Amino acid sequence: MLKLLWLIPVLPLTGFLVLALCGDRLSRRQIAWVGCGSVGAAAVTTALVAADFFRTFPDREFYQQTLWNWINTSGMTVGISWYLDALSLLMVAVITGIGFLIHLYSAEYMAHDDGYARFFAYMNLFVAAMLTLVLADNLLLLYLGWEGVGLCSYLLIGFWYREPEYGTAAQKAFIVTRIGDTALAIGLFILFTQFTNLSIQQVQNLAVEAWPVGSNLAMIVALLFLIGAVGKSAQLPLQVWLPDAMAGPTPVSALIHAATMVTAGVYLIARMHHLFALAPMVQEVIAVLGLVTLLLAASSALVQQDIKRVLAYSTMSQIGYMFLALGVGAWSAAMFHFLTHSCFKALLFLAAGSVIHSLHHEQNIFKMGGLRRHLPWTFWTFLIGAAAMSGVPLITSGFYSKDWILWSVWSSPISHRWIWFGAVFGALLTGLYSFRLIFRVFFGEARTQPAHEPGLAMRVPLVILAFLALTVGFLEMPHTLGNVTLFSDYLSHALPTTELLTGIDESSEAREQLAVTVAALLGIGLAAFLFLPGSLFEARRSGQSTDHPSVTLLQGGWGFDRLYDRVFVRPWLSLTRNSHDRLDRGFDWLAACAESCHGWMSHTQTGHVRWYAATVAVGTLVLLGLFAM
Amino acid sequence: MLSTPALVLAIVLFGLGLIGLLSRRNILYMLLSLEIMLNAAALAFIAGGARWGQADGEVMFLFILTLAAAEVSVALGIVLQLSHRFRTVDADALCELRG
Repeated sequence: MLKLLWLIPVLPLTGFLVLALCGDRLSRRQIAWVGCGSVGAAAVTTALVAADFFRTFPDREFYQQTLWNWINTSGMTVGISWYLDALSLLMVAVITGIGFLIHLYSAEYMAHDDGYARFFAYMNLFVAAMLTLVLADNLLLLYLGWEGVGLCSYLLIGFWYREPEYGTAAQKAFIVTRIGDTALAIGLFILFTQFTNLSIQQVQNLAVEAWPVGSNLAMIVALLFLIGAVGKSAQLPLQVWLPDAMAGPTPVSALIHAATMVTAGVYLIARMHHLFALAPMVQEVIAVLGLVTLLLAASSALVQQDIKRVLAYSTMSQIGYMFLALGVGAWSAAMFHFLTHSCFKALLFLAAGSVIHSLHHEQNIFKMGGLRRHLPWTFWTFLIGAAAMSGVPLITSGFYSKDWILWSVWSSPISHRWIWFGAVFGALLTGLYSFRLIFRVFFGEARTQPAHEPGLAMRVPLVILAFLALTVGFLEMPHTLGNVTLFSDYLSHALPTTELLTGIDESSEAREQLAVTVAALLGIGLAAFLFLPGSLFEARRSGQSTDHPSVTLLQGGWGFDRLYDRVFVRPWLSLTRNSHDRLDRGFDWLAACAESCHGWMSHTQTGHVRWYAATVAVGTLVLLGLFAM
Repeated sequence: MLSTPALVLAIVLFGLGLIGLLSRRNILYMLLSLEIMLNAAALAFIAGGARWGQADGEVMFLFILTLAAAEVSVALGIVLQLSHRFRTVDADALCELRG
């Protein structure tokens, strides 16, 4: 069954080809079958491959499959070859599993859209590109998937291309992530010139041998890879594309945020962890970037009015936690948070989509309210998602993953106390903004009348994801609570274990957990106090307007858009619009020359056929004369 | 030599054809002139074939004959369309492609 590994990326790709080539001739039912079926089949194949992988490799080493040589020149062989180990298997399982649920949901969500076949074609290509990225055995193939993901995000964010704003958002996402991609490409070039090898494992082994810890080249390459990861994962300072990416249909947001795209950066860093271990300073940068991003994004999420933008900022914030974990060397914790996050974030987006669907595409949370009674399925699943995101203790998966990260931050020798305090404050903000959303949307009086509950194809993914968002966390429980280590055991061969400070005991872990729990619950309580309709503060504040300058600053995501507009976009545009450019003179002259030549030549074209005959005759005579001489 | 007068005749015919092509304005007469030029060329091939005692010249003549037939059938079609659309066969009147 391991031999079927190649099928996993090929199946969605086939789905894409079928839909792209003859999507017009298929009925909607057939399109949905092809679109969901290809990803579903990939998920089933993943399950088979995983079962065989566990049987064949009880120590979970790795399995390699080479399909054919892609590039074969002297000194370099790049193959289309897959590399399956615990880390990539985890990614593949999440991408195909959650991807399938999102596809299933879209089959109903997009049912009345004109571009039904186009939508599923793009979605399938997206999944195929992401699978290529995570299964790639060499960096070049990884880069192919990396770019494919970027392309598909562009196509899907600008899916409703008739709205100019959406097109702009798509371009923004494409260009901003391109900055990161360029850095990543330069990193690849450096690695190639050093080792003439692009295999992920071999390059890292060679790098570990050739470069001492903290050497310049290691730092530069790690930094370039980090910039690439930062662009894809929407971390500071390349985070500006993510909120605007909400222009796409809601299932697309779910796919981008939960299963594909933004987690690619996390995967890249985890995959290249040997390289990053050579550059401890870059690791510190990762941790600090993660912390700053998670705080900025969480504070921005507090004041957004669009339900999807709140979730977009929450994604940035949660990915910030993953970066923080990567930065302090807690690789497994980062991947665990990736797993739980993809469950509850897909759930939140799909539930938000069902709210938007039933309110006829209303996204402003101030025009919602009281949906608890009208949309019970959506309410309960959304509540579970929000609880998991805020880390409600003991029963939700988010608690276990976030707690693991915070514990690693607390006890890691390469971390600082203030990072831990910042991250705990972020946990408080998470509870605050998640439950602000719940109270605004589902409580109080109804401001817009909802249509109806979503149908079965939308409800089933919601329920499955809600179940996962509650239970996935039990794969890994801390020492103080049951001490389950299924997840870290599973990843133990692919990722190094987390180093802890010496002299850490259980009582300090319990105290640390208590602090995290209190922070999360405090955030939720504060949200109830501030935003629950009928609460004391809410009643007092309801008449006041919210256009205080600080609120505007937060709503705009700390003014990064404005800053980039001033510093990069406008000077560049003014440069291009300057008509008195010295450099242009030469080209202007060239153009004038060509134009006057054209004037002369066009005189010869009289339109008289006898004139042409005469010129042919004279030309022949001249040529004959030349030959005679 | 036998071939010299034949070549002279071919040259004269070719020149006549060219002059006719350049001086006539009626498209039909221009086509006639073209035919004369083609036949002049064919005659030159025959003369060459006779001079060296090779069959190639006659083969080329047959080719040119076929070509001329094909060319005339296309050209007459064009002339028919022209006279149908523009109600004229004056080549100078049809100069819409002036640059």
